Amino acid sequence: MSSALHRLPLEKPIYQIEDRISQLEAAPVGAQEQEELRRLKRELVEVQKNVFGSLDPWQTVEVARHPNRPKTSDYLSLVFDEFVELHGDKAFGDDPAMLTGFAKLEQHKVLVVGHQKGKTLAERQACHFGCAHPEGYRKAMGKMRLAAKYGLPVICLIDTPGAYPGIGAEERGQAQVIAESMFLMATLPVPIVCAVIGEGGSGGALGIGVGDRVAVLEHAYYSVISPEGCAGILWKSVEFKADAARALRFRSRDLKEFGVIDAVIEEPAGGAHRHPRQMATRLKTWLVRSLRSLVDQPTDTLVAERYEKFRRMGVFLEEAAS
Amino acid sequence: MERRRSPRPSTVTTAVGTASGNSASAGTEPAEVATRPPAKPAESATAPRTKRGVPEGLWQKCEGCGATIYRKEAEEMQNVCPQCGFHWYVSAAQRIAQLLDDGTFEECDANLRPTDPLGFRDKKAYAERIVSEQKRTGMRDAVVTGTGMIRARRVACGVTDSSFIMGSMGSVVGERLTRLVERATAGKLPLIIISASGGGARMHEGILSLMQMAKVSAALARHSQAGGLFISVLTNPTMGGVAASFASLGDLCFAEPRALIGFAGPRTIKATIRVELPKGFQTSEFLLEHGFIDRIVARKDLKSEIARAIDYCGG
Repeated sequence: MSSALHRLPLEKPIYQIEDRISQLEAAPVGAQEQEELRRLKRELVEVQKNVFGSLDPWQTVEVARHPNRPKTSDYLSLVFDEFVELHGDKAFGDDPAMLTGFAKLEQHKVLVVGHQKGKTLAERQACHFGCAHPEGYRKAMGKMRLAAKYGLPVICLIDTPGAYPGIGAEERGQAQVIAESMFLMATLPVPIVCAVIGEGGSGGALGIGVGDRVAVLEHAYYSVISPEGCAGILWKSVEFKADAARALRFRSRDLKEFGVIDAVIEEPAGGAHRHPRQMATRLKTWLVRSLRSLVDQPTDTLVAERYEKFRRMGVFLEEAAS
Repeated sequence: MERRRSPRPSTVTTAVGTASGNSASAGTEPAEVATRPPAKPAESATAPRTKRGVPEGLWQKCEGCGATIYRKEAEEMQNVCPQCGFHWYVSAAQRIAQLLDDGTFEECDANLRPTDPLGFRDKKAYAERIVSEQKRTGMRDAVVTGTGMIRARRVACGVTDSSFIMGSMGSVVGERLTRLVERATAGKLPLIIISASGGGARMHEGILSLMQMAKVSAALARHSQAGGLFISVLTNPTMGGVAASFASLGDLCFAEPRALIGFAGPRTIKATIRVELPKGFQTSEFLLEHGFIDRIVARKDLKSEIARAIDYCGG
């Protein structure tokens, strides 16, 4: 399976072993080879742990953007029992970069909103690589209002490099819709559970990120700006993207430390792209547990606590008032 | 009065191009547009400021039409170019003086100070940048908030200042605005926020800056549910995370003429789609045309326009 994966340079020690395992498994097998295979498999586990346990911030971005990383559409089939897609923003169009629809999560009927990046090149281009347009956020808002009306909890899967930067997007109010979406989510009278599954790119991510519970997968990132964008502005060159990645402190553990997320969902050794099913199971466990803790809360409490959650965010000094 | 498109002299067309062209030299992604405000028009009463690329003294080159303008004359017009009507930079303090009735402003939460939660360092450490920006501008951070009167109507008022790290929103800006909104809700005051934030969400405070967008927006949602009025005034420049949060959430959105307003910076867009951007792209007039602005309001009319809107909305 791993041979079909896109290979990141940082994974070299892993796929070297994986290749040798494949070779051995393909060849006729004697006792000696069996022993060697067992040894290699043990080694593989160790090497995966080491490589993925010591990713630097830029490498984390590479993993978060891995072409084979499970996407919203993968989780829709691996985590949910049913997905009934609902299209369109009833105003301009149907943005493929934003998926919305009814879904079943164990016994819960929910509404899912998620960025979609696409798998094939054609899909990726159609989805603008996961960069939603204003109609995508309008679609999300429309479906969230529907969910509110019928008491369905909302699950948001976040995976975007950022909201689309283009002429049409500006003409149709990219800033306006992101603001409105946060405004809507802030007081939406149903539980909202959000998970950043890959890239949490700036306002485009936060536009569907105002939830009662927010988690980030271990090797996902969530940032005010892309490392390239930040490097371009502050270092005047994209070449410094790794420095920017380090400075921005956007990895899952940092986010937890800053109190902006509730949980880090551990990835299987080797990353979500090597073990999508295992990753989906872990994500599902967290989603179900979060939902269970929210569904019985009175709406007023739910919305008040959501307000307090975001109200606390920020770090500043306050001098004693004179 | 609000759409001064046709009677402009021919220089103005190029001026619009220049306005976005300048900021295009700045950056990428939402949080940017690095136009420094034009060097502060000489207002000797406040802290001295270093001026960049602009001749010191009595004259100033207009960012709009390129004409050399006698500064005093522009100052008498609230920093508006007497030749082309381009609205120059005004500091938060000047803005408050222009907008509120004399002596009515009471600042709130002036005791909040920025810190450096990330230990952020680019070419310069953020901790040092804060100190140097504070020295240069005399401000503690990029916003001033408080209460005061507009033509004898009591309001809660916040103003961001594009000279302090491009008017970007970090924890202090987010917190002061949130407290202002909550104060307006509790006191049933009309809320006015004037944005001059080319920097969007402040990169140097990372994810914490991003979350300020949600925090202020959530406070505005409550304010709205409580029936509170919010008038957002967008001025040059309002970009990125500020445009994509409170600045776009007004019951009424006013914009000063020819301000640069948008989500993604012009340079990011150019780099992404690789075509020339249309003339006047991301200006107030562009937003009005596309339906995102209620009125374009010249600076000289802002006070009376706000007062009138408050009267209509039962303030």
